Amino acid sequence: MASVESAASEASAGIAVVGASLGGLRAAEQLRAAGWEGPVTVYGDEPHRPYNRPPLSKEVLAGEATAAATALRHRPSIDDVTWRLGAAVESADLTARTLTLADGSVHAYEGLVAATGVRPRRLPLPGGPPRHVVRTLEDSVALRAELGDGVRVLVIGAGFIGCEVAATARKVGCEVTVVAPEAEPMTLAVGEELGRALRRRHEARGVRFRMGRLVAELGDECAVLDDGSECAADVVVEAVGSLPNVEWLGASEGGTPGLGPDLTDGILCDAHLRIGGLPHAVAVGDVARFPNPRYGALARRVEHWSMPADCARHAARVLVAGLRGEAHGLAPFAPLPSFWSDQFDLRVQSFGLPGVGDRAELLEGDAESVEGDVVYGYYGGERLVGVVALGGSKAVALAGRYRADLMELPDGLDLSPSWGSLPAL
Amino acid sequence: MLKVTVDLDVCQDHGQCVFAAPDVFTLDDNGRLAYVASPDEALRADAEDAADVCPLQAIRVEG
Ligand SMILES: Cc1cc2nc3c(=O)[nH]c(=O)nc-3n(C[C@H](O)[C@H](O)[C@H](O)COP(=O)(O)OP(=O)(O)OC[C@H]3O[C@@H](n4cnc5c(N)ncnc54)[C@H](O)[C@@H]3O)c2cc1C
Repeated sequence: MASVESAASEASAGIAVVGASLGGLRAAEQLRAAGWEGPVTVYGDEPHRPYNRPPLSKEVLAGEATAAATALRHRPSIDDVTWRLGAAVESADLTARTLTLADGSVHAYEGLVAATGVRPRRLPLPGGPPRHVVRTLEDSVALRAELGDGVRVLVIGAGFIGCEVAATARKVGCEVTVVAPEAEPMTLAVGEELGRALRRRHEARGVRFRMGRLVAELGDECAVLDDGSECAADVVVEAVGSLPNVEWLGASEGGTPGLGPDLTDGILCDAHLRIGGLPHAVAVGDVARFPNPRYGALARRVEHWSMPADCARHAARVLVAGLRGEAHGLAPFAPLPSFWSDQFDLRVQSFGLPGVGDRAELLEGDAESVEGDVVYGYYGGERLVGVVALGGSKAVALAGRYRADLMELPDGLDLSPSWGSLPAL
Repeated sequence: MLKVTVDLDVCQDHGQCVFAAPDVFTLDDNGRLAYVASPDEALRADAEDAADVCPLQAIRVEG
């Protein structure tokens, strides 16, 4: 009798989703779509229901959209999900299947979805003018309050958030300088050729760049660069990359030391997004580091908006099957990544994984022009691994012509469903 | 019956839907979106994927 009761109470623990943003939301929806009818509890440390981050460096920062406009819609299928907001998960015990919250309470779960995303990296430099990052609604609103005509803004970092913030700040009248160590902006994501085209378009719209430089020191109203030159600034924005929120998984009390999940740069997942091969724990979104057989065996994190949805669809099916002790019958997770970035009237739209290519080729347009549409193709050997369009929606339409080539799998890769054996629960 | 609608006032022609469900959504040469309003039932999963990855949440899949 007692064992039946404990089995019943365990069954009612349901699935815990940690992280109440895009990944957590999509995971909850996909758990329902995968047929999970039991309880779902979403834990989030922010006080808000899931909201959309892309407008935080664009419309919200420009004052064109209100914070309320960033709320993410959800499917009616998750109306009965329990949202525990303002509730940071401090640790997880993957063996006992419990979560401990910051308030000390312990919560049992049957299945776990890790969707805790990333936080901005900060520069290890003291002092300086008012310093900002842009990750949360509060960050964006606080930075917005500092921007205005003639305000000198120094953006450190030229990745996509740095470039977007620079464009938005310029649009609202600021004097903007971007400092970064690479030769061209967005090099990591789109390579130097397209990065150069992007920089020239930014410069044509009044943004200054100090590329190939690091900030050595921050003074009261300036930054000192590593060549000794100074750059005046009323406001500094740090856009220097991110750190995955994994600490809560590491502090697994009762977990076997040395056998916890690999948390080096995100949560290492297997080909089905399972954490440490466990049938009852998966990861989705920015925090997940997973292999994509489309681009070899290396596991990577992909910080793109479309990735949580792709991950959630796969991970939810795997998790629900795992909890039922069934085989999931899915092929290894092999999404086609994509991201966009809006800067001024320009859109950068990427499909595939340009960063794994060994060369870029101009496929459409005139690279020297500071207007008009250009499309670059990224090749690994003969194979097209990425396409990036810069311009307006015509450029995206041009990029669409290469979809079939991008979808082609590398020679010898078989993505048929694997019914595979299941690890024991 | 499967019914797809796109709020074209909201759509910003990102083209994510075109990559997710090329049999339902296309961008013409001017970069403007066109779509099949009642696609075949077999395209349901693709259409739902497209709705999920629309940055503007402008796509509705019903029926
Ligand atoms: C300013 C900005 C602009 C962007 N623009 C674009 C764009 O134009 N195009 C594009 O493709 N992508 C863009 N992105 C990226 C995109 O927003 C992310 O890829 C996406 O938000 C990832 O979703 P996620 O749910 O995995 O992670 P997140 O959105 O980071 O969500 C993780 C959530 O988990 C919470 N959390 C963390 N630890 C805990 C814990 N221990 N307990 C409870 N909760 C916890 C976090 O506070 C957060 O709410 C942008 C991102 C930013 C910040």
